[in-house]
Amino acid sequence: MSISIVDLNSQQIDVLKEIGNIGAGNAITALSKMVSKRIDMKVPIVNVIEFKDVAELVGGPEVLVSGIYFKVSGDITGSIMFLIDNNSSRILINWLMNKNETSMELDEIELSALKEIGNILAGSYLSSLATLTGLSMSVSVPSLAIDMAGAIISVPVIMFGQVGDHVLLIETDFIEGLNHVKGNFFLIPDEQSFEILLKSLGVM
Amino acid sequence: MAEIIKVGMADLNCVYAPNILTTLGLGSCVGICLHDRETKISGMVHIMLPYSFQIKNNSNPAKFADTGISKLLEDMLKMGAKKTKLVSKIAGGAQMFNFSDSSDIMRIGMRNISASKDTLKALNIPILAEDTGGSYGRTIEFSSETGLLLVKTIGHGTKHI
Repeated sequence: MSISIVDLNSQQIDVLKEIGNIGAGNAITALSKMVSKRIDMKVPIVNVIEFKDVAELVGGPEVLVSGIYFKVSGDITGSIMFLIDNNSSRILINWLMNKNETSMELDEIELSALKEIGNILAGSYLSSLATLTGLSMSVSVPSLAIDMAGAIISVPVIMFGQVGDHVLLIETDFIEGLNHVKGNFFLIPDEQSFEILLKSLGVM
Repeated sequence: MAEIIKVGMADLNCVYAPNILTTLGLGSCVGICLHDRETKISGMVHIMLPYSFQIKNNSNPAKFADTGISKLLEDMLKMGAKKTKLVSKIAGGAQMFNFSDSSDIMRIGMRNISASKDTLKALNIPILAEDTGGSYGRTIEFSSETGLLLVKTIGHGTKHI
């Protein structure tokens, strides 16, 4: 019997939220070390939301955004997507490359820098998840797409769509001085992995 | 004055002329437009997955190519469309992310396209035009008055098909 996100009880949702908090916190710490800046983070908001509302979170389905996508393998399988608006991409790249650019056009090196940031965030997020659950898992190389929000979001939504009509989304806000980055993590365990994940956390 | 009716993800809608149907930011999903050339009754469905029988959670018919197209057809017939006069146009089915080992799920766009085509073929509805595949998102607008489908992209141009 497989379970979907809407079947979760409040205790299970709380545990998933807490993982989201810890994972995102570790991800920001890693990023902060890498760029040698003090980056603050607001308490992440973890939501189980309906498909049709996902695109609205980033300003509508036609807004230009960056999505960095990873496949997860090991004891649990699935994928992770990190989604940010274009202004936030520019800020993150500026942090990493020590620049002060404002142009929204990204060159080859900047695109690669953005992937690397995704790598750091996803890697540290997943390693905290692995520590908490005692499961082994690893991430693939990142794949980056910059396009309409609706089109990019459709990828994780389709994967969730095989088991339900809701997605698990973690919204994080990073702040450094006047710069404000708003990022969204989608954690997408495959059908069977969801159960393994909850069991390993002792809530199933 | 034509009204613009939005079709969300895993959603469908049908209109009388001269109203316009639109769906924003199609990625790997496929938008299928049906049009009765005589009455101009038109419908659009935004499907996410190929076949309903492959999935346990299949209560929403508009989520799948097979049940979505059938349900759209049924709704349009109720509005007065004639099945023999119907034609179709499809768009979407992109592969947004590239991985070297393309697993089934990463090729979902392609599978959505072929399931849509197969379903239309089985229903004997000709496909007049398509703008499918690639690796970019599309916003589509179907005019029930002209039967033209406008496809808009970011960085890949705009066209009428």
